[in-house]
Amino acid sequence: MNNEAGKDNDCGLNDLEDRPETSIHAEVFLDSVRITGVKVNYYHICKTKLWLFSHNITLEKGDDNVALGKILHEDRYKKNSKNITIDGISIDFVKTGKRIEIHEIKKSKKMDAADRAQLLFYLYYLKKRDFDAVGVLNYPLLNKIEKVELNPEDEDATEREIEEIKKIVLGSMPVPAHKKICSRCAYQEFCFCGE
Amino acid sequence: MREDFYILQDGILKRKENTVYFENKDSRKILPINKINSIFAYGNLSFSSGVVSYLSKEGIPIHFFNYYGFYEGSMYPRETLVSGDLVIRQAENYLNSERRLCLAGKFIEGACGNILKNLRYYARTREDVQEAVGDYATSIETEFSRLKDAETIPSMMRTEGKIRELYYNALDEIFPEEYRIIKRTRRPPENKMNTLISFGNSLVYSTTLSEIYNTQLNPTISYLHEPFERRFSLSLDVSEIFKPILVDRIIFKLINKNMLDDSCFRGEIGNMLLSEKGKKIFLKEYDEKLKTTIKHKGLNRNVSYKSLIRLELYKISKHVLGVEDYKPLVMWW
Repeated sequence: MNNEAGKDNDCGLNDLEDRPETSIHAEVFLDSVRITGVKVNYYHICKTKLWLFSHNITLEKGDDNVALGKILHEDRYKKNSKNITIDGISIDFVKTGKRIEIHEIKKSKKMDAADRAQLLFYLYYLKKRDFDAVGVLNYPLLNKIEKVELNPEDEDATEREIEEIKKIVLGSMPVPAHKKICSRCAYQEFCFCGE
Repeated sequence: MREDFYILQDGILKRKENTVYFENKDSRKILPINKINSIFAYGNLSFSSGVVSYLSKEGIPIHFFNYYGFYEGSMYPRETLVSGDLVIRQAENYLNSERRLCLAGKFIEGACGNILKNLRYYARTREDVQEAVGDYATSIETEFSRLKDAETIPSMMRTEGKIRELYYNALDEIFPEEYRIIKRTRRPPENKMNTLISFGNSLVYSTTLSEIYNTQLNPTISYLHEPFERRFSLSLDVSEIFKPILVDRIIFKLINKNMLDDSCFRGEIGNMLLSEKGKKIFLKEYDEKLKTTIKHKGLNRNVSYKSLIRLELYKISKHVLGVEDYKPLVMWW
């Protein structure tokens, strides 16, 4: 990341760069339901997880992996004040002229659709606030980067997803169904606790 | 994995920067904050300033026990995991009398199933008492079959009381004279068996409370016990299922393997307590029991007895959320 805080404040996000641990909460309200990037991500992964998370049933306490991630994350913050979080997701802002680039660093393409949808949601959110932004998915382990642009179809899809998420959250809890990803999910015990 | 810490001696808990120490005239021990699940305090424990708020911030409950080893109270950290939706549904299940009876019955069903498991185990291994124990087991089943006709919580409670009485009568057949219960007395315990049961039940109650703290369930809304009975009455409900699994099995082991002698008890019949040595032996067994693992079919992996309590709470959560009917845990092993 470049270390120079740009002087030309072209999109009003510069001041964010100079402050470590800045959070922006990217959220859209649809009636009473708060839609966030994480919820968009979960919508693509698992409806049950989306419902539980949205109803504040979280199972992170005592989960060693989650605790470790948190410590690592806090540790990283201190070293890298260029880090910004939207909605708890670390993002590097890079200015290239008039466009903001939102970088997401991912280990693998396992959750590609969900990661992409989440990034598109942020782009959508920024666009609604008149920021013209482009997304970049970085896969350092695969030595790849991918640009993600918000086109009109994506905008429509994001809006549809937001509607869907609202429906799910306001409905009753979706019955858990076995999926491949269950073994790595914090909710696994909750979903399959019956003998 | 976080550990439970049992403090038997008198002393003081101190906080120095971000480390918690337990100190007394003989020793100084470090309690690593990231490693503590709960603290069980059996001695006189005092606190230096800062320790309470620190433990509370870290979400670590402390359970206090008196001179008799009875539960006195807990420092229950500020609620961190609250789901308004779940609490409302918990209350809804209490206020609707049909639903409340249904859930209350499940706790008795679980307790009864595990009691029968214990008795059947003895009926198999001890030929000399096989017949008598078998008869008691049959009477318990008969008593249990009346539960479905119960229309009030008190009548359910009476059924549960009768089941326990039959159970203790059966245990009197099994165990040597010095461990007869005759009649279960509570405070203060009159004999060795009552002393052990009371001590163990207090432990299970506290462990369950610590587990409830790690879920979104509200510990004060309960079904079999009245919510005003004790501050954390949900813990009383869930403990019913686990007492036969944890406490009774530990006691059987202690007696069968002759692990207890007179020096493990203090006082005399009519006012019997566990001595320091007795408490140590019991707590060691208890901690080991909680860490014992068993293959869980639903999750297809090994889970500890302690996790079984957590899983039970998840099942109750799902029941009140209306996703899946609650089936209480009955030992399948």
